[in-house]
Amino acid sequence: MTTPFYVSPAQAMQDRAEYARKGIARGRSLVVLQYADGIVFVGENPSRALHKFSEIYDRIGFAAAGKYNEYENLRIGGVRYADLRGYTYDRDDVTARGLANVYAQTLGTIFSSQAEKPYEVELVVAEVGETAEGDQIYRLPHDGSIVDEHGSVAVGGNAEQISTYLDQRHNDGMSLSEALKLAVQALSNQTNGNEREIPADRLEVAVLDRTRPQKRKFKRIVGSQLARLLEPGGAEAAPSEPSADAAGESGEDSSGAEESGQ
Amino acid sequence: MEANSRSTGRLPAAFLTPGSSSFMDFLGEHSPELLPGNRALPAVQGAFEAPHGTTIVAVTFPGGVVIAGDRRATMGNMISQRDMEKVFPADEYSAVGIAGTAGLAVEMVKLFQLELEHFEKVEGAQLSLEGKANRLSTMIRGNLGMAMQGLAVVPLFAGYDVGRERGRIFSYDVTGGRFEEQGYTATGSGSVFARGSLKKLYRDDLTKEQAVTLVVQALYDAADDDSATGGPDVARRIYPIVVVIDDEGVDRLTPERSSEVAHSVVQHRMEQPDGPRAALL
Repeated sequence: MTTPFYVSPAQAMQDRAEYARKGIARGRSLVVLQYADGIVFVGENPSRALHKFSEIYDRIGFAAAGKYNEYENLRIGGVRYADLRGYTYDRDDVTARGLANVYAQTLGTIFSSQAEKPYEVELVVAEVGETAEGDQIYRLPHDGSIVDEHGSVAVGGNAEQISTYLDQRHNDGMSLSEALKLAVQALSNQTNGNEREIPADRLEVAVLDRTRPQKRKFKRIVGSQLARLLEPGGAEAAPSEPSADAAGESGEDSSGAEESGQ
Repeated sequence: MEANSRSTGRLPAAFLTPGSSSFMDFLGEHSPELLPGNRALPAVQGAFEAPHGTTIVAVTFPGGVVIAGDRRATMGNMISQRDMEKVFPADEYSAVGIAGTAGLAVEMVKLFQLELEHFEKVEGAQLSLEGKANRLSTMIRGNLGMAMQGLAVVPLFAGYDVGRERGRIFSYDVTGGRFEEQGYTATGSGSVFARGSLKKLYRDDLTKEQAVTLVVQALYDAADDDSATGGPDVARRIYPIVVVIDDEGVDRLTPERSSEVAHSVVQHRMEQPDGPRAALL
């Protein structure tokens, strides 16, 4: 029997953080931006079925970078949390702040527990308000800390670089088309000045649109509508198709797919 | 565990355990006491009265389906509510109308709506219309114990089948039996009269507007002969709830539009109290 080496708590935490950060950096980055009518989620995702963005509740959306099976697990936990809370109390009692707190506690406990490996995920929880002032965006890094963001957020491998790019160019009054184009530029700009094209069919885009008449504000933007918005000079008055909202393709539950190394 | 989910603590293990996409299954494992079917029932002595919802009618037309309900809730021979809502959109492509014990029925609808939404969010795809109809069947079966004690809930389910591109109607009995109806049907205390009315006026080539008028005619006829069904209340401006479902999704008629249709029906009845005549062959 060997005596275990002494590892200082500080060192142990640092190792765990580095492990998680490396895992997250292997995935592709994504951005979440406020625009005039709500919040838009943009990311590069070659898969049509395994989503990075999804609906949690009426006004609340979820975005994640990192390891698919881990964030998928957290996403479903969040949907269960929101639905149970809304069923027990009222739909208005489900808030992004409450959800972000639960995620922070969950990630924090996993991060500091020696028995579990830290989750290699970074989450964004966003809630669209009645007005732009009511919008809330929370970023949740792997260690369970919680950051209240405004305007634009980037998570994933090149998050810092993309954030800086966005901070200089983003403003809250942007139209959806402008915000979307800015997000794509920021994402394609990532590898140290080397710009590369991201074709529309590799983009995953979703919005929380406060002008939608339905109580569920989350909507995926796909196909011709996405193409229209990405055109130079982009047609802004994109008619919203009632069917295309939260429903995507199935197969999302075929877990295990890890996005690292894509 | 229970307390945890309500405070801001860590998500309980049950929330992060991979499992079914059904909210009802999740409730059954995590908080079984919240499921309506799990309630312990006291022994009942004598008659027990709770508000009842009455008549719901549904009619298909090429390309969709219309479902409508009157607004009256009764408790014995008393009118307990004049403006009750008994037809609810269940999701983007379906709606459910309820007759029977109002309190339980409204709770069932709330859980049913959540069940469909939860599945859609978790799976990223909608249930098929058959799947939705079967899910409702399961819920009614769970209520059998209460139905045996006189607290029955009998819903009517209507939706647009995206795969088959047409409207479909499902009716239920208290045991959870599920029956697909061709063309039209009605449920609740006034349903006998409503069905007679529908039977004479229904055609399989109705336009959407004609189908909307037809359901209001049928509700008028039900209210005419069944004291528990409320007709259009012109004085209080309370009109039937009418929901149209087609390939564009669920559309609940605005109060203005519903009042327009109801007024035109009432106007005709002033001249012809028994309503429109069907041709004698």
